[in-house]
Amino acid sequence: MAAPGRLKVIGSRLLQAIPVVIGVIIVTFILTRALPGDPAVYFAGTIADEESIQEVREALGLDKSMPEQFFYYVGDLLRGDLGTSLMTGLPVAEELGRRLPASLELTLVALIISCAVAIPLGILAATRPNSLADHACRVLVTAGVSLPTFFTGLVLIYVFYYVLGWAPPPLGRLDFIFLEPPRVTGFFLIDSVLAGDWETFWGAAKQLVLPAVTLALFTLAPIARMTRAAMLQSLSSDYIRTARAAGLNGRTILYGYAFHNAMLPVVTTLGMVFSFTLGANVLVEKVFAWPGIGSFAVDALVASDYAAVQGFVFVMAILFVALNLAIDILYTLIDPRIGFDAA
Amino acid sequence: MDQTTKAGLSRRTFLKGTGTVGVLSAGMVPFLKHLPAHAATDDVMVATMGQTINSLDIHRTGTNRPSYQIAVNCYDRLVAFGTKTMPDGSLSYDYSVIQPDIAKSWEISDDGLVMTFAIDTSRKFQDGTPVTAQDVKWSFDRAVSAGGFPTVQMRAGGFTSTDQFEAVDDETFVITLAEPTKLALPDLAVPVPYILNSTVAKANATEDDPWAMEYVHQNTIGSGAFKVVRWDAGQQLVYERNDDWGGGELPAVKRLIIREVPSQSTRRALIERGDVQMSFNIPYKDAAELAEMEGVDVYSTPIENAIYVVGVNHDFEPFKDPDVRKALAYAIPYEEIFQTAAYGRGVRMFGGSGVEGTAWPQPSPYSTDLDKAKEHLAKSGFADGFDVPFSISLGQLDWMEPTALLIIEALGKIGINSTLDKIPSAQWRTASLVEKRLPLHLEGFGGWLNYPCYYFFWAYKDGHLFNSSNYRNDEVETLVDETLYIPVDHPDYAPKVKRMFEIAFEDLPRIPLFQPTLNVAMNGATGFEYWFHRQLDGRKLAKS
Repeated sequence: MAAPGRLKVIGSRLLQAIPVVIGVIIVTFILTRALPGDPAVYFAGTIADEESIQEVREALGLDKSMPEQFFYYVGDLLRGDLGTSLMTGLPVAEELGRRLPASLELTLVALIISCAVAIPLGILAATRPNSLADHACRVLVTAGVSLPTFFTGLVLIYVFYYVLGWAPPPLGRLDFIFLEPPRVTGFFLIDSVLAGDWETFWGAAKQLVLPAVTLALFTLAPIARMTRAAMLQSLSSDYIRTARAAGLNGRTILYGYAFHNAMLPVVTTLGMVFSFTLGANVLVEKVFAWPGIGSFAVDALVASDYAAVQGFVFVMAILFVALNLAIDILYTLIDPRIGFDAA
Repeated sequence: MDQTTKAGLSRRTFLKGTGTVGVLSAGMVPFLKHLPAHAATDDVMVATMGQTINSLDIHRTGTNRPSYQIAVNCYDRLVAFGTKTMPDGSLSYDYSVIQPDIAKSWEISDDGLVMTFAIDTSRKFQDGTPVTAQDVKWSFDRAVSAGGFPTVQMRAGGFTSTDQFEAVDDETFVITLAEPTKLALPDLAVPVPYILNSTVAKANATEDDPWAMEYVHQNTIGSGAFKVVRWDAGQQLVYERNDDWGGGELPAVKRLIIREVPSQSTRRALIERGDVQMSFNIPYKDAAELAEMEGVDVYSTPIENAIYVVGVNHDFEPFKDPDVRKALAYAIPYEEIFQTAAYGRGVRMFGGSGVEGTAWPQPSPYSTDLDKAKEHLAKSGFADGFDVPFSISLGQLDWMEPTALLIIEALGKIGINSTLDKIPSAQWRTASLVEKRLPLHLEGFGGWLNYPCYYFFWAYKDGHLFNSSNYRNDEVETLVDETLYIPVDHPDYAPKVKRMFEIAFEDLPRIPLFQPTLNVAMNGATGFEYWFHRQLDGRKLAKS
């Protein structure tokens, strides 16, 4: 498909996303209000009495009717104001702006590690079904997916930090002796390189290893299994038989044709894995004191921090819309036969 | 927002200050090579805690408990509590001593209504300007006007209106009370009435925000021992020593770094390895286990004026019957709870021999006696037992769950069928304290001002917040009102307070279990000081 055509399609896909986002805004607004718990009581403090709880309620605007609150909320949203988190006392947009890169960096590094292990493993298992490699692959992915992430995380901390002393203290994104690199992307690895600060780069990389490996172990399974299944299917298809008959060498068949065609389901799986990992790495964030978006959202839910919960869901919704779009575009690059019209 | 540049601290000076240049070059050695954090120099200390600091301003709406430490470390007050050494060698604040701080001296008129403070203008704010009576006046006006918690806490000392405060001149500050109260002076030493630099605050105030809430939320403008040079919400807070502090001996640490680590297991690994020097507010289980470890010091200080109790709601039909309440009090397996939930740390609040003296908390006369429990239940209108949910908070499972399970098991033995009801922490306060709708539950109120009458004011008076049992006794109402403001050496005080204790033990709206402790682990550091506000005070900390 020609580039201008593609742009047009991207534009129309973005337009289609608008009702989705509006729906998400309404649903989260109602759901957060339906949460049990009263933020005014929670935030009025230890020895607040009826009167001061009422004062807090008024200060937070919670004494107003629901439609009125919604009206204010949408008004703020249109101005790009996601409100202030009661929990941290900072604007939600600022919080998410700081925490989202932390989560994205962790998730992306984890996925890169995961792909680097799972895809070769899947291919190996598919080319030699029922071999030792296949069984080893099965054991690894089963173990990876069946161990809860916080447990894997704690075991890794225990072994590599507590016993062996190889890993740095699990104290978040950077040990306290480093200062954050000047912010460009919010990804410490990239920002420190941009600043030419290799000390901080290594500092950030070291902090990243254990949590990323923990997450990678967890995400190995779907990627490796999907690669294996897709490769098996691809290898048994007609075009591979034709290629073999035509006398192409094994490498070209495997990587040029079989893998190329097996990539579509793998990319789909990757997209799904990315989405759920971003939201589901709360436990890893807690264990490694990682200042990510997942632990922020969970804490906000516990504290009935409306603005923070709404902001989180809103940003995640937009992120998923963008992610799905990116995957769709990736499809057309992998397989030119797939156009947006077909999707 | 970039706190660092705001505070005028560049990356280089920070590194120079911490003296970690050597460590940094060690940081360039190959991947994953362990880098011991205690290679940092003696004047940088790291503490970890599980909670999050959400504001630098205690007056702000929604400021949570862990944030109170900023008020302690970065600000001064008119007067301060003294310090005493505990039997185990640790430090504790001393409620009985109130000493000068920003006020170098004070006088209280004979009728107890007018308090005149002489301000020590040699004390400086962190921008170098002297602290004046106008600053005190502005700060107190702010505390009584902010609403919410600070205003309630000010009211406890009898401070309700800005009219009560007057800055006569730079060095004289006068408070006029509506009625004399013994709570006034100690209430000036709690974290809330802290003194802000009113000139800086006013410069950052706006029409919508006359009290500069937004500015003070993110900047410390006090005269205290530390200032906050960096605050990454949800991650860390960095204190830097104020070398011009005039309030006492300078802190030994130049930088104190508070790292927020949500996972208790991770915090435990950090303190055991010695990569952090302090782990603040740890669960009883860890306190008991870490105390056995070489090199780790554990301090468990009983929290003053606090008791973990079983709340027996008088609105719930069976509990209206005094025999049912006594049956409960005799059925509870106190010692087992003390050993299982508190790991033997804390103070037993059972098995006493009647009311003794005016010390509070003091043990109740009850101890486990299933025969007596059955006797009382048989005498009551509910001889065949009844069903009741036992409510606990998901946020305090560490002590509530074992306690509740042991009590439920014991109640089963006398025919009361109880089921565990776990309530999410966001709802807990609403359900237990505001709506007061939990028939049988656990509660752990502790009063900041260390007087029994103050405890009773909050926990036994009808409608008051911590009276989660909907208890009402006219005699207690009168006794609390009569004792709350009179001095403790007043001849009426002791007999009236003892009478309150007797009624409380007889009526049993709250069945005492044990006095909790604040548990802190240190590895390679000294100088932990216990405070009633149960937050970290960095002023006496030092690396060892």
